[in-house]
Amino acid sequence: MRIRLNGKDVSLPDGMTLRDLVRHYDLDGEPVAIERNGQIVDRQAFEAEVIQEGDVIEMVRFVGGG
Amino acid sequence: MTDFDFKDRYSRQIRFRHIGEAGQARISQARVAVVGLGALGTASAAQLARAGVGYLRLIDRDVVEPSNLQRQLLYTEEDARNATPKAIAARNALAAANSGITVEAVVDDLDASNAEHLLADVDVVIDGSDNFEVRYLVNEVAVKHNIPWAYAGAVEAHGTSAFLRPGRTPCLVCLLGHGARVGHDTCDTVGVISPIVQWMASYQVAEVLKYLSGREDALSNAILQADVWHTDVRLIRMGGPKPDCSCCGRREFASLGAGRRALSVTFCGRQTIQVRPQEDVALSLPALAERLRPLGTVRANEALLQFETEGVALTVFSNGRALVHGTDDPARARSLYAQYIGM
Repeated sequence: MRIRLNGKDVSLPDGMTLRDLVRHYDLDGEPVAIERNGQIVDRQAFEAEVIQEGDVIEMVRFVGGG
Repeated sequence: MTDFDFKDRYSRQIRFRHIGEAGQARISQARVAVVGLGALGTASAAQLARAGVGYLRLIDRDVVEPSNLQRQLLYTEEDARNATPKAIAARNALAAANSGITVEAVVDDLDASNAEHLLADVDVVIDGSDNFEVRYLVNEVAVKHNIPWAYAGAVEAHGTSAFLRPGRTPCLVCLLGHGARVGHDTCDTVGVISPIVQWMASYQVAEVLKYLSGREDALSNAILQADVWHTDVRLIRMGGPKPDCSCCGRREFASLGAGRRALSVTFCGRQTIQVRPQEDVALSLPALAERLRPLGTVRANEALLQFETEGVALTVFSNGRALVHGTDDPARARSLYAQYIGM
């Protein structure tokens, strides 16, 4: 399936969840917030939210350094 | 007090039609606390002091080191040579830049025992810290006392920032949950360049100036994420708070409660301090070894990792527990944990 992730078109395997997406980009355990089609998704729902063709997703990493 | 004329001094800011005289008057009455005076905190504090924010409280537990000078613009070589506490060095620099405002220096580790005392009496808190333990604490004080705060963080060439207003925007827990916070990239492991820090600080300060000058209508209500090396900018709209959020919805203050802190320390004999997260975490020792290898000597096996660099020795276990060797100062031990292991 094709989605728009952080402004770029990307191809991902069908049936991926948001949790899989976070893992896919090696950000598991990192402080990450995800906006899906204009809505910020509750972190606890990452596992259950299955990504759909055409989704517009923004994945933001909250970085630690200062 | 300053001998400069107020209207002349701030004329360019007053002439900016979105602030004006009324906005400047409000900025001059405002009280802001800056938590952490590294690159972000000094950049933000400098802009706020020059903008004429009437009262600044500068809070930091560390001293100036030579490696700070590349990006922490308020400090001098003399500060690094003398190991001047950052809060003091920053206060001196800002007092010289603007004698018409009050700048208070607090040389201390912000924790559950002093966070409300140090933060509850200001209008806005600026996050210039280098770790999430402090940010979750700031978030709780902000929610509990209804004080907006500006989050920012930067490593390598990328950074993230957001201005969070209790009841209006999500809080940090709405956005991130309590999530894992230990074992991520830090400025000490992957480095950082100055432009990204200055950018994130500028975004923080712009939002704060809008708020302080009474122009909440102009706030972006968005999380900014930027990378200056790959030249990428993202803006993510925040919407409102999560109604069932444990922090801003149910008002459960886990970090503040019972003096609980994310990292507890215990003394283990002479010059060794044990630092451990409140709850065990699953730390990837191979990943940590990879991050630390360029910085010193690393020996690792399945159970533990030993890291040594100039004046610092750490033994880290996969549940997040660490032994910090070569210090008797709990604040220094927590600092080193935040710097090299990340939290």
